[in-house]
Amino acid sequence: MIPSKFDYERANTIDEAIKYLVEYGDEAKLLAGGHSLLPAMKLRLNNPVKLVDINRIPELKYIKEEDDTICIGAATTHYEIESSELIKGKISMLSQIAGSIGDVQVRNMGTIGGSLAHADPAADWPAGMLATDAVLVLKGPDGLRTINAHDFFLGLYTTSLAENEIITEIRIPIPHGNTGTAYTKCMQPASRFALVGCAAIISKNNGLCDNVKLAFTGVSANAFRDAAVEEALTGHAPDVDNITIAAEKAALDADVLSDHFASEDYRRHLAKVYAKRALMEAADNL
Amino acid sequence: MGSLIHLKVNGQSQSHEVEPRLLLAYYLREVLNLTGTHIGCDTSNCGACVVLVNGKAVKSCTMLAVQADGLEITTIEGLANDNELHPIQEGFKEQHGLQCGFCTPGMIMTAAQLLARNPDPTEDQIREALDGNYCRCTGYHNIVKAIQYASEKVKKEVFHD
Amino acid sequence: MTNIIGKSVKRVEDKRFITGKGRYTDDIVLPGMLYAQIIRSHYAHAKILNIDTSEAEVMEGVIAIFTGKDIAEAGINGVPCGWQVDFKNGDTMKEPPHPLLVADKTRYMGDSVAVVIAESKALAKDAAEMVKIDYEPLEAVVHAEEAVEEGAPLVHEDVPNNISFDWELGDREKTNQAMAQADHITTLEFVNQRLIPNAIEPRSAIGDYDSTNDKYTLYTSSQNPHLIRLLMCAFVLGIPEHKVRVVSPDVGGGFGSKIFHYTEEALMTWCSRQIGKPVKWTAERSESFMTDCHGRDHVTKAQMGFDKEGNIVGLRVKTFANLGAYLSTFGPCVPTYLHGTLLQGLYTTPAIHVDVTGVFTHTTPVDAYRGAGRPEATYLLERLIDKAALEMDVDPAALRFKNFIPPFDGVNQPGYQTQVALQYDSGNYEPVLRRAMDMVGYQELRQEQAQGRENGKLLGIGISTYIEACGIAPSAVVGALGARAGLYESAQVRVQPTGKVSVYVGSHSHGQGHETTFAQIVADKFGIAMEDVEIIHGDSESVAFGMGTYGSRSLAVGGSAIMKGIEKVIEKGAKIAAHKLEASKDDLQFEDGKWTVKGTDKSISFGDVALTAYVPHNYPEGLEPGMDFASFYDPANFTYPFGAHIAVVEVDTETGKVDLKKFVACDDVGNVINPMIVDGQIHGGLVQGIGQALFEGAIYDESGQLINGSYMDYTMPRADDLPSFETDRTVTPCPHNPLGVKGAGEAGTIGATPAVVNAVIDALAPFGIKDLEMPVTPEKVWKAIHNNP
Repeated sequence: MIPSKFDYERANTIDEAIKYLVEYGDEAKLLAGGHSLLPAMKLRLNNPVKLVDINRIPELKYIKEEDDTICIGAATTHYEIESSELIKGKISMLSQIAGSIGDVQVRNMGTIGGSLAHADPAADWPAGMLATDAVLVLKGPDGLRTINAHDFFLGLYTTSLAENEIITEIRIPIPHGNTGTAYTKCMQPASRFALVGCAAIISKNNGLCDNVKLAFTGVSANAFRDAAVEEALTGHAPDVDNITIAAEKAALDADVLSDHFASEDYRRHLAKVYAKRALMEAADNL
Repeated sequence: MGSLIHLKVNGQSQSHEVEPRLLLAYYLREVLNLTGTHIGCDTSNCGACVVLVNGKAVKSCTMLAVQADGLEITTIEGLANDNELHPIQEGFKEQHGLQCGFCTPGMIMTAAQLLARNPDPTEDQIREALDGNYCRCTGYHNIVKAIQYASEKVKKEVFHD
Repeated sequence: MTNIIGKSVKRVEDKRFITGKGRYTDDIVLPGMLYAQIIRSHYAHAKILNIDTSEAEVMEGVIAIFTGKDIAEAGINGVPCGWQVDFKNGDTMKEPPHPLLVADKTRYMGDSVAVVIAESKALAKDAAEMVKIDYEPLEAVVHAEEAVEEGAPLVHEDVPNNISFDWELGDREKTNQAMAQADHITTLEFVNQRLIPNAIEPRSAIGDYDSTNDKYTLYTSSQNPHLIRLLMCAFVLGIPEHKVRVVSPDVGGGFGSKIFHYTEEALMTWCSRQIGKPVKWTAERSESFMTDCHGRDHVTKAQMGFDKEGNIVGLRVKTFANLGAYLSTFGPCVPTYLHGTLLQGLYTTPAIHVDVTGVFTHTTPVDAYRGAGRPEATYLLERLIDKAALEMDVDPAALRFKNFIPPFDGVNQPGYQTQVALQYDSGNYEPVLRRAMDMVGYQELRQEQAQGRENGKLLGIGISTYIEACGIAPSAVVGALGARAGLYESAQVRVQPTGKVSVYVGSHSHGQGHETTFAQIVADKFGIAMEDVEIIHGDSESVAFGMGTYGSRSLAVGGSAIMKGIEKVIEKGAKIAAHKLEASKDDLQFEDGKWTVKGTDKSISFGDVALTAYVPHNYPEGLEPGMDFASFYDPANFTYPFGAHIAVVEVDTETGKVDLKKFVACDDVGNVINPMIVDGQIHGGLVQGIGQALFEGAIYDESGQLINGSYMDYTMPRADDLPSFETDRTVTPCPHNPLGVKGAGEAGTIGATPAVVNAVIDALAPFGIKDLEMPVTPEKVWKAIHNNP
């Protein structure tokens, strides 16, 4: 459990980090919290030649509210998000997600940006990003660009982040009106990653759901929004009967993963159960 | 190839040139000879290596020594105040919270952070807080009691103060 | 300090562990020490065509690289097996060699192929990556029943059908007759799945050869340093024992997996001799998963016959035991003499027959893991009786009460002779189950269960009772059964001139708290303070001999050896005291740390007697000076702890997840020296048993790849998976050892597994589900419900 040799650079600014990325090209790897990267390096599954540490860049660590949006610096840790009163008050689901990641030591070190860039199919954040219609701010040598979370995740461990780009900020629109959110998770019992993680947001108007958003992680090679469930509940009251009917449509068309913890059938079934639980809890939180 | 790091470990300043790939756990064990920090796995699960980094519980096998540059580390060796055991250490002894002792330093450091954040945890909260620490000997039963003991003791001390 | 036996004295060893001052093998750094990286096969079964070390050899810091060819050329034997179980027809057990490094073929994923020795761990690892090995992968076989089929790939060419031995016990004829006449037969076919021990301290070994004195020291994370020395010297390296010191310092848990003599121990010792410097190897967790001996892995078909009244009339068992690729130290003993002999359980079953086939496969060697054979036997019996109760529609507790062996204390009533070779020492079984039922509130729970079922809530209550054979073991008995060693224990009680006592004992403590429990006995018996007693263990140089710690034997056998020393001290002390007090020895009594002339206030303290023994100016004629006694204790019989465990679970019908709500255990481990420590042993044991029931299990694919060989994939029980436990005890002393103790290390594990599985099946009764395979994962439960709506 000793990584292969590498050179280490600590970037103090975002621009410095980008400079290193440009200079080193595909030999470089960004080190954020390191809780996905370092375990892979220790097992020598990932052997970067240059490691660029972005953990000490002050401009990447913050949680703030701006223009009806929660803005989170990419190097903010899961624990900082989990314990943020601002987030608890505005989008409680995000603190649920942060609090369900790994264990306390992982949450102390792991960062939201690192997790998103790693794009583990069983990571918790992607579901939250999709359900909230989050926007990621990326910076590269040519400057800033923004991308919808929907366009960011491309597949198993792959994203649209370019080799010389860095995630700088995650922008999460604060839901308007009467809205409830929830994240429910069936843990893979050994790793505590998500076998099925489900993020749900319900907005209610005149007793009926006028906007339902539901996203899964762990179910497929990458996180996805489940339009069938959303449509089935929209326009209906968020009661147990309607939620049960809607949840039955979960993951119907998804290409579902299978492993020794959960076969395809069982995972698909869990998706329904956890969709129902997430929607019920979101409804409770209205 | 080496990087020079300066840090404080258990209150003492340390400066060493280290290979970037040196993990903090090995730095503590092999460079500083603080072998109370143990290594039990290679996947960041078992928690035998937990230390406090600027007060936060961290798995020192999943952090590079160079990342600790400029930071303050507390290991199990630095927890007791002179010769007086920390209330958590005392709790582990009083409640038989350890058997082989291998997971114990990591458990104690994790408990230290738990009580710092939540001085009066419920049993469920204690059990949840330990989900990054494996013990194969105790069945966790007496570890939970040890942390409850420490929590009670700290509360009493605060009350008396 | 008298009267401290039976008290929950806090542990004296704790201070070093809670302050980070424990000293485990990997903590040891010797001057000039080098580091070894072992290159292990990624294939379960492959021919080694070529090994090219040329690139690695010239890398920075590399000192040496050895391969299987070097070991073979040096004429080094493989690690031996310590127990011989022959074929029914008298043929000798098949026992192919287990080389330190394989030269021709690899036989399991993790088999050692080469070793790289370098100046640092990192450099050894870097170089190991550059050793090029050409393999020709071969077909593998991982399941025991498949391995015995004609045409199955052979693990060893000279072992037909991969069968190491076949074995039987009991009366086949009588059993077949009894079963033919039974009114009801319950059948259970099951896999007692393979477990991976996972002591949190990975194994570690340091070889240190001192050329000046031609002397070897091996530091090893082992449960029995003396046995390692014996096996390594006599059978592997052929070096004289007096030239070898083996030290097992603090050891971070064993659970059986650190009993055995592993190849790495001999390899590090040999490498150090070749290089002339100390060489350390410490397993990475992935190596632990692959190479620590695994446990269990039985495939069994068992049938229990009953008469109309529900009396058990017969038991018939056929087991295929997967031994892995090589015979480990106690491998053949576990499925036979630690399993077959326990099939009487607590019941009066009049006819039993068990047949076991020991089979090689392309998997990690299998050996003793906490409980070792007894959990397999208990699971078999307790699942059968629960299934029978379900089939016959009787209460599972009532069916057990009906069949319990009546009480016997082994003194006024003889021991109980079983149908399967053992004679139980003492037992009183009904009270433990009654007590456990009271503790859990059995009747109320049954009502709650019935009500819950009406509302779709699935509550399950699972009972398990057990008996085990501990205090391993009478040497003559085990010798007759195939053990290649005696299983006595040694202790030396050395009273120092100042009256302080050093005890050197062959039992090794790696969590069990011997430094406290043994000191309690000594302090109590001598009437001195605990602080005046020191327990020394784990070093072949200071401790005369030892057979180590396993099979819950330390107190029953090691403690008894200490008791023999204590008696010798008191006997000799009385002679000195009589001389000093000018009284007859018969007029003295020893109490509260002094000898007193009965009916007078004339007395002499333990300390003064000790001083006199070492300063014998005024001394009994003809008596040797000094106060130092070595003793060996060979037990007269095994000890037989027993108990009853009850688990309460709730099953989530939507997900199949089992929530363990409550667990109570009432155990009888004989007399108790330190209740706190015994409770701790029970708690830890329970969780390993619960782990087997709900979470754990090695998974191999058909090619022999261990696919859950990491903590990311192998589910270890965690704090938040478990409730707190309720424990209690009854006390039925062992009649044949001086402390009346039976052993507590494995009880929890043995009882817990079937209790939990029985609880899950009980919860699922409304669905007509009668059995599920372990571990009872949410998916299995969900599927069972789903398929039986």
